[in-house]
Amino acid sequence: MAKRIDVSDLNVYYGAFKAVEGVTMTVEPRSVTAFIGPSGCGKSTFLRTLNRMHEVIPGGRVEGKVMLDDQDLYASGVDPVAVRRTVGMVFQRPNPFPTMSIYDNVAAGLKLNGLKGKKKLDDVVEKSLKGANLWNEVKDRLNKPGAGLSGGQQQRLCIARAIAVEPQVLLMDEPCSALDPISTLAIEDLIGELKSKYTIVIVTHNMQQAARVSDRTAFFNLAATGKPGQLVEVDDTQRIFNNPSVKATEDYISGRFG
Amino acid sequence: MATVTGVSVADEVPGPPERSPLSADGAGTRRLGDRLFGGAAQGAGILVIALVTLVGLFLLWQAVPALARNEAGFLTSREWTVSGDHPRFGIVELLWTTVVSSLIAMAIAVPVGVAVALFITQYAPRWLAKPAANLVDLLAAVPSIIYGLWGLRTFGPKYEPVQTFLQDKLGAFPLLSKTSVSGSGTVMFIGIVLAIMVLPIVTALSREVFAQTPVAHKEGALALGATRWEMIRTAVLPFGRPGVISASMLALGRALGETIAVTIIVSTLADQTVWSWSLFNGGETFASRIANNAQEFDSPQKAGAFIAAGLVLFILTFIVNAVARIVIERRKAFSE
Ligand SMILES: Nc1ncnc2c1ncn2[C@@H]1O[C@H](COP(=O)(O)OP(=O)(O)OP(=O)(O)O)[C@@H](O)[C@H]1O
Ligand SMILES: [Mg+2]
Repeated sequence: MAKRIDVSDLNVYYGAFKAVEGVTMTVEPRSVTAFIGPSGCGKSTFLRTLNRMHEVIPGGRVEGKVMLDDQDLYASGVDPVAVRRTVGMVFQRPNPFPTMSIYDNVAAGLKLNGLKGKKKLDDVVEKSLKGANLWNEVKDRLNKPGAGLSGGQQQRLCIARAIAVEPQVLLMDEPCSALDPISTLAIEDLIGELKSKYTIVIVTHNMQQAARVSDRTAFFNLAATGKPGQLVEVDDTQRIFNNPSVKATEDYISGRFG
Repeated sequence: MATVTGVSVADEVPGPPERSPLSADGAGTRRLGDRLFGGAAQGAGILVIALVTLVGLFLLWQAVPALARNEAGFLTSREWTVSGDHPRFGIVELLWTTVVSSLIAMAIAVPVGVAVALFITQYAPRWLAKPAANLVDLLAAVPSIIYGLWGLRTFGPKYEPVQTFLQDKLGAFPLLSKTSVSGSGTVMFIGIVLAIMVLPIVTALSREVFAQTPVAHKEGALALGATRWEMIRTAVLPFGRPGVISASMLALGRALGETIAVTIIVSTLADQTVWSWSLFNGGETFASRIANNAQEFDSPQKAGAFIAAGLVLFILTFIVNAVARIVIERRKAFSE
């Protein structure tokens, strides 16, 4: 199920502003890859190019290539909607649909995919909520509004919503930054479980988190203020944290930055 | 009990007796500014309620003597003889014409208005969206007499052949059957003109709420693989729903009470004409009947009959607003 992502020579623009330059990297299937780097270096921007969410922003465009196994995501004729069904996304702030119940939130993507039948929906909703470690907490109130959950529960609801449509890849942009340590641990555990099925990319500002959950780590940086962000290096997380090949990486990780 | 969706006097005033309404949300303090503002808000609220009640009482007080002398069924008759010792008057025709023309207006204006608002906020490129939005706002401010004149002079003649065609082809349906009313003074045509008149209101207010849909909700839907239309259905429409309902109710209120445009367009029916439920019949609305006969308010009895009709319109708009409020409240748990 999980797919490999191959990015070559990717430039990302907001209108005339080049936000990210020349990224070439590979994300292995069934692994967790963490993106780290200082604020504004383009981690979110780059992440959003992996499921073509970047172009949702007015003026957003991309040069270069993103391959999902052997499919070029940006080839002409590729439907961004289809890409987003294959590459799911969890946002920094939990964003359950406020007018929908917990159940309907999880079922939202399935209904878009045309899945019908109460029994089938029930099954997938239950499976997804279990997959997101939320089932026990909400099974008695599936028809209550999703917005009534705690922040951590809402984020797990969003993960359930994302995995309900069985994507190949799951992108997470700082999924724990709005959460307390316990909810954070719950989500980190969940990521550990999910990686057996999905290719996972997670953006984080938390070095310990990157070290705990990821197999590979990519360090992004700005060459200088006002310059586009760049990929400095990507390697096994072990190596990045213990013995990185670039000095800037070591400085960043050990907090001796700038 | 505090409302987040809007300032609602009705929500605040009948609070629990042991706690003053001001401290209902626990945010009130004893500072002078808070007390002054709280007092002013409470006073304004009471004033509004008092005014509405007084208007209602005034109408009732003026209407009751005339109603007491009425020898026809007020709610069932379509006669309208208000002078003399044996007044006979009823509001069936007025109620029918008012409600049906307004419903036609809503049936056209709400879907079209929502569609235009969606187009402006979700589909149109930026260079077009801004001028279009401004244009709609401008149209919403055009006085209704202009719509009336335009309907009468320009649109009416163009509409007539369509109406004749429809009557010929669909006359078999009772609601569309042929009537003696010729030209564009029909209920159907009033409905269409009213629709055009309230369309900018529905559009402007809906556009406003749609534009406020949080990006996070829209992106959440898109990231699930929603097409643009599916994104609109999962994120924009549910978010805008209460706003659209309010906009529709405002528009409906305006259509129900619209006076001048209706008065100059509609064909009044002579006293003895045979009644027909057809949408191609003429007829008068509450407001146009009252406006057309303003010079007859010379005796308390005559004025009372018209005021009784006005009272029904007052109650009608009241019910419309209450229903809207209930609909919005019911969905509230899901919209905060
Ligand atoms: N919608 C936008 N329009 C224009 N420029 C943007 C937009 N979003 C981000 N940028 C710019 O793109 C650059 C990269 O931003 P991005 O959000 O990707 O950084 P980031 O690494 O995710 O930062 P953080 O760690 O703070 O989330 C920044 O210079 C930012 O100002
Ligand atoms: Mg970011």
